[in-house]
Amino acid sequence: MTVSSPKTRQPVEKTAGRRRALALLKSRPSLIGSLITFAAVILIGLVLPSLAPQNPYDMTSYSVMDNLLPPGSQSFDGTTFWLGTDPQGRDMVSAILYGMRISLIVGLLSTAAAMIIGVCVGLTAAVFGGLVETLLMRLVDFILGFPSILVALVLLTVLGRGVDKVILAIIMVQWAHYARIMRSSALTELRKEYVEAARNLGYSKLRIMFRHIMPNSLSAVLVVCTIQVASAITLEATLSFLGVGVPVTHPSLGLLVASGFDYLLSGEYWISFYPGIALVFLVFTPNLVGDRLRRSLDPK
Amino acid sequence: MTRQTSKSKPVLEIENLCTVFHAEDGAWPAINGLSLTLQAGEVLGLVGESGSGKSVAGFSVMGLIDHPGEIVSGSVRLKGRDLREMSEEELRRIRGSEMAMIFQDPLTTLNPVLTIGEQMAETIFEHRSDISKATINDRCVELLRKVGITSPAARLEQYPHELSGGMRQRIAIAIALLNNPDLIIADEPTTALDVTIQGQIIAEMQALQAESGTALIWITHDLAVVSELADRVAVMYAGDIVEQGTTDEILDDPRHPYTIGLLASVPGDAIPGEPLHQISGMAPSLAARPAGCSFHPRCERASDLCREKDPAPTSDGNGRMWRCHHPVQASPATDGEAER
Repeated sequence: MTVSSPKTRQPVEKTAGRRRALALLKSRPSLIGSLITFAAVILIGLVLPSLAPQNPYDMTSYSVMDNLLPPGSQSFDGTTFWLGTDPQGRDMVSAILYGMRISLIVGLLSTAAAMIIGVCVGLTAAVFGGLVETLLMRLVDFILGFPSILVALVLLTVLGRGVDKVILAIIMVQWAHYARIMRSSALTELRKEYVEAARNLGYSKLRIMFRHIMPNSLSAVLVVCTIQVASAITLEATLSFLGVGVPVTHPSLGLLVASGFDYLLSGEYWISFYPGIALVFLVFTPNLVGDRLRRSLDPK
Repeated sequence: MTRQTSKSKPVLEIENLCTVFHAEDGAWPAINGLSLTLQAGEVLGLVGESGSGKSVAGFSVMGLIDHPGEIVSGSVRLKGRDLREMSEEELRRIRGSEMAMIFQDPLTTLNPVLTIGEQMAETIFEHRSDISKATINDRCVELLRKVGITSPAARLEQYPHELSGGMRQRIAIAIALLNNPDLIIADEPTTALDVTIQGQIIAEMQALQAESGTALIWITHDLAVVSELADRVAVMYAGDIVEQGTTDEILDDPRHPYTIGLLASVPGDAIPGEPLHQISGMAPSLAARPAGCSFHPRCERASDLCREKDPAPTSDGNGRMWRCHHPVQASPATDGEAER
């Protein structure tokens, strides 16, 4: 089965076309590569923490006596701290794994929610037009007019700390991106004849919106989505680093970087360095997927 | 100008329809007092140049004129019910069940992300939700077979991009016929296809139309297509019908100079080596419709009367109509102000 002709858009494959989806993937090894890396990162973040040598939430599992040990050193009970320990004596490997989990959960959940909200708003604006469109899109412009870090900072100052509140703040600053992209691609789809044909066949407005326009304009949104996962993770790390994000009891990557910040100049580089590397990796892979996905979905 | 000798009740009656497009400098008329009657089972060829308002007329009937367009006056009655007085929801129920439309470009009229089967099933389901999946499937297969598609059951699983243009247009026709509509408006459905496919589709359309008894408005600029298919022909110019009659009458005995120009422009009659006939000038834009008869700037027969007064329709009382101060007199039977 060859890939579709260049004239037509790549259809979003469904169960019936699973074979074709596989064929598409086979023809694009770099997309597979990036997807596997992304899947691996998700797996590491979501599964490995339970296998971590230490539970950083459990105060009894670590000892202050082990604090600030360099990478590779052993504790009194014989366990090796491959990436060293932090000022409280926590194993950096475990802390990074747990931190990645928090970062991933925040990134994925907030992106999913922001995407759903943004897609609905953008679609509504495009289909209804007129006053509805003007009001919604001016709201989007208003939100995008502020730097996202500023909006998130203000929101978290009002709401207080907490994983759920960080997610909420990220949704608030991100949905507008999706709304804007969804609206513009929905507007292009609206002009196409199949939408006209659908109206001529007496389909209801909701059906036309969600079954005809939305699946056809989703490819741009999906690409933005992967990039936004990365930016959500960065934003969470930034907020935590600044001390308004997740509570100190949670080993978020941003918090770990912040906690090692004071020790950087005294030579204990590993507390900031390794969580930083993990963060870079976490941000890099979704970006990579987004980039490959864009190339695959772009008919040109 | 309704056909006086009508026995059956007409399917579609358009009376004095005006559709305008609003622009910054006022409302531009795209359809200018159009009147038309279509009997059950009749095939009408709606002919005209680009910009003459053929498609807008089609969309006005379907009630799908969007802002900045607006239907400002007139009535459109489908089987006696005025479509312009219906709510949007009532209209939606009628679209796709009692009247349907077929579009010009088969490559874009089908949704690229849904299978043929899904799109067909949807059309039935949106109008009759009480039907079982098996019945819907049978109906889809039956119609695909009717429009001449081989192995229809397998096609239902395919996506539009896997099919050729001709096949897609057949599917679009099948979708339009799914709910047995009383009226189908076909907006240049064969223009984008190559000639052999065009011939096949016209032949199939003819057979289907004869079988189902659906009234058909075939919008086209191609008089050759019309001569094969239509019972009657209406010639449109600048938003109005300038001449109407049976296909034979229009082709053999045209009265309006514009119809004559159109007929002379068909390349099939040209002598090799001779320049092709063309009607000089351009169809007037919406913004600058000339006063008087809208065709006068391009008309060889135009007089001062044409520049001042829009000609009223002349009817021979038998469904034949033309709008011209100086109609071409081929047969002496009719009245008219022959001044030449």
